[in-house]
Amino acid sequence: MESKKKQSAWITKLAGNRIIIPIVALLLLVIFNLIMDPSFFKINVGYNSAGNPILSGYLMTILDCGSELVILAIGMTLVTAATGGQDISVGAAIAISGSVILRVLCGTNSRPETLQAPIIVAFLISCIVAMLFGAFNGVLVAFFKIQPMVATLILFTAGRSIAAWINNNELPIISEPSFGYFGGFIPGIPIPTPIFIAGVCIIIIALVLKFTNLGFYTQAVGINESSSRLNGLNPTFVKFLSFVILGLCVAVVGLIKVSRISSINYSVIAKDIEMDAILAVALGGNSLSGGKFNMTASILGAYVIQFLTTTLYKFDVKSDALSAYKAVVVILLVVLSAPVVREWFAKLWKNIKAFIAPKKEAEAK
Amino acid sequence: MKKKLGKMTDTNLLLTITIVVFFALYIGAMIFQGKGFLKPQTFFNILNGNAALIILACGMSLVMITGGIDISVGGVTALVSMCCAVYLDYHGGSVLGSIMIALGIGLAFGIVQGFLISYLDIQPFIVTLAGMFFARGMTTIVNTNPFNVANEDFVALKETRLVIPFLGSVNKLGKYVNAYIEIGVVVALLIVVILFVVLKWTKLGRKFYALGGNAQSALMLGINVKRTKFISYVICGLLAGIGGYVYFLHVGSGSASHASGAEMDAIASSIIGGTMLTGGVGNIIGTLFGVLSLSTIQNIVSSAGLGEAWWTGITNASMLCMFLVVQSLVIARKKKALKNQEMM
Amino acid sequence: MKKKNVKCAVPFFDTVSGGEPKVRDKTVLEMSNIHKSFHEVHALQGVDFFLREGEIHALMGENGAGKSTLIKVLTGVYSKDEGQIFLKGIDKPVSIHSPQDAQRLGISTVYQEITLCPNLSVAENIFIGRDSYGLLNWKKMNEGAGKILETLDIPTTPTQQLASCSIAVQQMVAIARAVDMDCKVLILDEPTSSLDEQEVEKLFKLMRDLKKRGVGIIFVTHFLDQVYEVCDRITVLRDGKLEGEYEIRDLPRLQLVSKMLGKELDDLSDIKAAVKIEKKENGGALFETNDLISNAGIKPFDFYIKKGEVNGFTGLLGSGRSECVRAIFGADHVVGGTVKKNGATIKIKKPIDAMRNGIGYLPEDRKVDGIIGDLSVRENIIIALQVMKGFFKPFTKAEANKFADEYINLLGIKTASADTPIKSLSGGNQQKCILARWLLTHPEYLILDEPTRGIDVGTKVDIQKLVLKLASEGMSITFISSETDEMLRTCSRLVVMRDRKVVGELKGDELTQNMIMSTIAGGEK
Repeated sequence: MESKKKQSAWITKLAGNRIIIPIVALLLLVIFNLIMDPSFFKINVGYNSAGNPILSGYLMTILDCGSELVILAIGMTLVTAATGGQDISVGAAIAISGSVILRVLCGTNSRPETLQAPIIVAFLISCIVAMLFGAFNGVLVAFFKIQPMVATLILFTAGRSIAAWINNNELPIISEPSFGYFGGFIPGIPIPTPIFIAGVCIIIIALVLKFTNLGFYTQAVGINESSSRLNGLNPTFVKFLSFVILGLCVAVVGLIKVSRISSINYSVIAKDIEMDAILAVALGGNSLSGGKFNMTASILGAYVIQFLTTTLYKFDVKSDALSAYKAVVVILLVVLSAPVVREWFAKLWKNIKAFIAPKKEAEAK
Repeated sequence: MKKKLGKMTDTNLLLTITIVVFFALYIGAMIFQGKGFLKPQTFFNILNGNAALIILACGMSLVMITGGIDISVGGVTALVSMCCAVYLDYHGGSVLGSIMIALGIGLAFGIVQGFLISYLDIQPFIVTLAGMFFARGMTTIVNTNPFNVANEDFVALKETRLVIPFLGSVNKLGKYVNAYIEIGVVVALLIVVILFVVLKWTKLGRKFYALGGNAQSALMLGINVKRTKFISYVICGLLAGIGGYVYFLHVGSGSASHASGAEMDAIASSIIGGTMLTGGVGNIIGTLFGVLSLSTIQNIVSSAGLGEAWWTGITNASMLCMFLVVQSLVIARKKKALKNQEMM
Repeated sequence: MKKKNVKCAVPFFDTVSGGEPKVRDKTVLEMSNIHKSFHEVHALQGVDFFLREGEIHALMGENGAGKSTLIKVLTGVYSKDEGQIFLKGIDKPVSIHSPQDAQRLGISTVYQEITLCPNLSVAENIFIGRDSYGLLNWKKMNEGAGKILETLDIPTTPTQQLASCSIAVQQMVAIARAVDMDCKVLILDEPTSSLDEQEVEKLFKLMRDLKKRGVGIIFVTHFLDQVYEVCDRITVLRDGKLEGEYEIRDLPRLQLVSKMLGKELDDLSDIKAAVKIEKKENGGALFETNDLISNAGIKPFDFYIKKGEVNGFTGLLGSGRSECVRAIFGADHVVGGTVKKNGATIKIKKPIDAMRNGIGYLPEDRKVDGIIGDLSVRENIIIALQVMKGFFKPFTKAEANKFADEYINLLGIKTASADTPIKSLSGGNQQKCILARWLLTHPEYLILDEPTRGIDVGTKVDIQKLVLKLASEGMSITFISSETDEMLRTCSRLVVMRDRKVVGELKGDELTQNMIMSTIAGGEK
């Protein structure tokens, strides 16, 4: 009896937890794929053009392509929690940071034979630039008290133009193979590099959340700014910081993105990724109006979205039409997780239980 | 003066700023760039090119006043134009039928999104984001390739021009050309007037403001918050349908890439027009001027010889940035002034 | 002041439980057997409530006793789990699912928090939501609103934006709205907390007028004086249950308090005796301010506090007493003057500076400035200490739990667990959590701004006791309260403020109600 009570308490706790939403979504997708085509989960070993062994398969695709989204979701979760708003400029900012990397690597020539600067330098410069743009958003939000969505609308509008301007609207192409490692494979390692990068980011954020008060402060500021200030916090700085951290995430994603194709397309790179990143946060059960957050849930949410995308691709959905299906699935998920609907289900469940319970008692007798 | 500033409602204050800025921009352009801007037709062309955006922005302002947002309007516009194009050309439909389709699509989006947002209490951003994805995806599913509509009735309607007397100008060949506007402009202006009246002089209109000001209070004041919110999204959806048709009428083709980013333009225009995303503050006239300001500055930039594509984005953004900062400063200063006044 | 009524409370509710509605001919509202629970908590357990025509009925009870829940059930904000509501003139039980329904049935309400729309004009706030659709006649509306404002003598114009009115005026507008609606039942849920005395008088006059017209008024307040001034009958709730219903003359003050607390009278006199412990002070000033001035609109002020001293700021609401302590704590932007600690000048620009110097500040507005609603009780308790400890040194779970448990026990905070979000606690317990937050930082100087506002009598006494105990242990405390007798009981020195200026200081024998009043009013020497 006691253990049963404990068990039910555990279930209630889990059901109340946000993380249940992405987990259920993931399970549904897995089951769907298992039924439709179990080979979905097969991982093959193949060889790429350079003769290196690589792992391939849908699961690898999900992990690989989901990396960017995961990294962004980390930053987006913090921004959402601290400011109660979202940064819709990340796609444009990725274009900028990618463009900066290429510009530094290429120098004045858009088709260089050799790299004009070490990759690490280019990456660091793009980090600084991306963080500066993050800081710009942060200043508008934290100091000028403009709603985040509106403030980031500015960079959203201008970002891709700025990206094009950085490279004089040329499309530089990097022929150096080592630049492709970040978005592809490091020779000898059969797992795509972005997976490692995402993994490192996840570990870093986990450590940061564990060994600093970032999470605590962010949540406190997101829930009650005025009260946080009176407890010695600096809400303006916390908000500002969240945007700068997102800027850093953007720079990392920018590197992966340009490395994947060793070039850039200003109007297409990371298009609509801001929407996916926000969805990841929402799918993680985090309130988009700020306050408490669950980073694990957000990260899972990002993978769920990628899982969904890959599943749809597998069923030969055209990439342009993809968004329609995605929208339907997303709406279903949000509707099911809406408090109103949940309450309704809870009531239904209670009624069913009440209907069954007397029978059980009778049986016991 | 200062006292007056303090007494003005937020809505009126922001509206005044917008109108002043628009006239300053336009008159500045007339003085410094002359020529093109001196011709009335330049102004009418701005109207012609932005009639659809005006309508979309009106709907956007409405939901923003209630404290919500609808980012599906651009997608709906594309879907409407594609559906109407396919209906007219591939199925031999009539113009009237296509209008019905446009209204139907708009209403359908409005009703579904409104229901999810107001009755199931889901965040508007997520719902309308999904709406946008859905609309864009559906557009490609309906027809992948862009094409021009050849339906005669439709083309006739599209080519209809309303001549404005006395404001014509002499063109390069020395021929007098009449100033004209397209039908879409009439529709847009009509909608501006109707919506303005609704917001100002009907009880429903004031409820939108109340809802945006403080939803909890609005509930306590006996307003049916859910229904009011629902209505705002339905109207916005309907306007997106109408705007979509006006857009279609202007470009005369169907394409999945139509009106891309229109939702952001609409939001930007609303903000420049003095509507605040936090809700409760805004004005339709301001929105009209917001659209006009945005496109005027684009015209100025392109006629100043800065033809490169990126200039549009950068000027739009800096304009938006400027407005946001000015608004936030003005509101902050006003609040401070009030505080001091209360203490005196 | 009031005549002691020796006659003990007649257990009026005997007739209630008997179920014989003898005296209920003039009943305008009857709520019977109301149940309401949130998750696992039973907020209301079978409460009955009767309201007659033309009476002012006080609904009393501690925080968490279920007053607000009962009212919100009646006004349709919450839906009841069980029970029935009857209204005069309607044969069957009415169903109230939204505030609209309540409004339509003639129940109008003034809530504790101002529930008006700040972005609309005063006139709109009075008239909006009262009929649903159609055109709006601004001229007629403004004229109508003008008349109402005039009759109630509210100093504002119909066209003014509500946000630009003072809180008191906003509250009066809310009252004007409720009164103007042709209502059978008027609910006033703590309407007086932001009003000054004159405005309260105005409100009482209004209530008496309405009473003559036959309106039933439910009046919720924490001020006992006000209850005895205007009310006819009292219903007392405790722990979500009906404690009893009494004629006002049958229930003297002390008994009312004991009913609310569920304690015997002896306990109460004991409390009074206990808080009368010695008020000692010694040594030089611990903290001292010279011409301190902030941007919140106060005049420069001088102030000092000694070790182990309890002093207070007094003055009417809006006289600047909160702004003074906020300036000391660095909560408002300080624009001039100095703060000295033990004679040495210290710099306080932000709250964290003050905290590092050993100052704690319990803010006036608990909801806005105090609690961090969605965070747990534990996190709310440790936050100040955590912030002082630094960004890179988070407490371990065990440490945090230890701190939280210690203070939950010490202050007797009633919470399901340390994990419970603080917003689900009652007002008094929330206040205790915030107190715990500051005690945990072991401040040398603790500023308590209205620590007893809007909380139940029991907790009020607890807090006063605690203040004196802490002071006797050497902590300096500034205690601010709207209730002068609380301050007289705790403080050994009072700084009197008027119009955002320090106008006097009272200590020793000068500490009497009359002296305070006359100093506030301007009768200083």
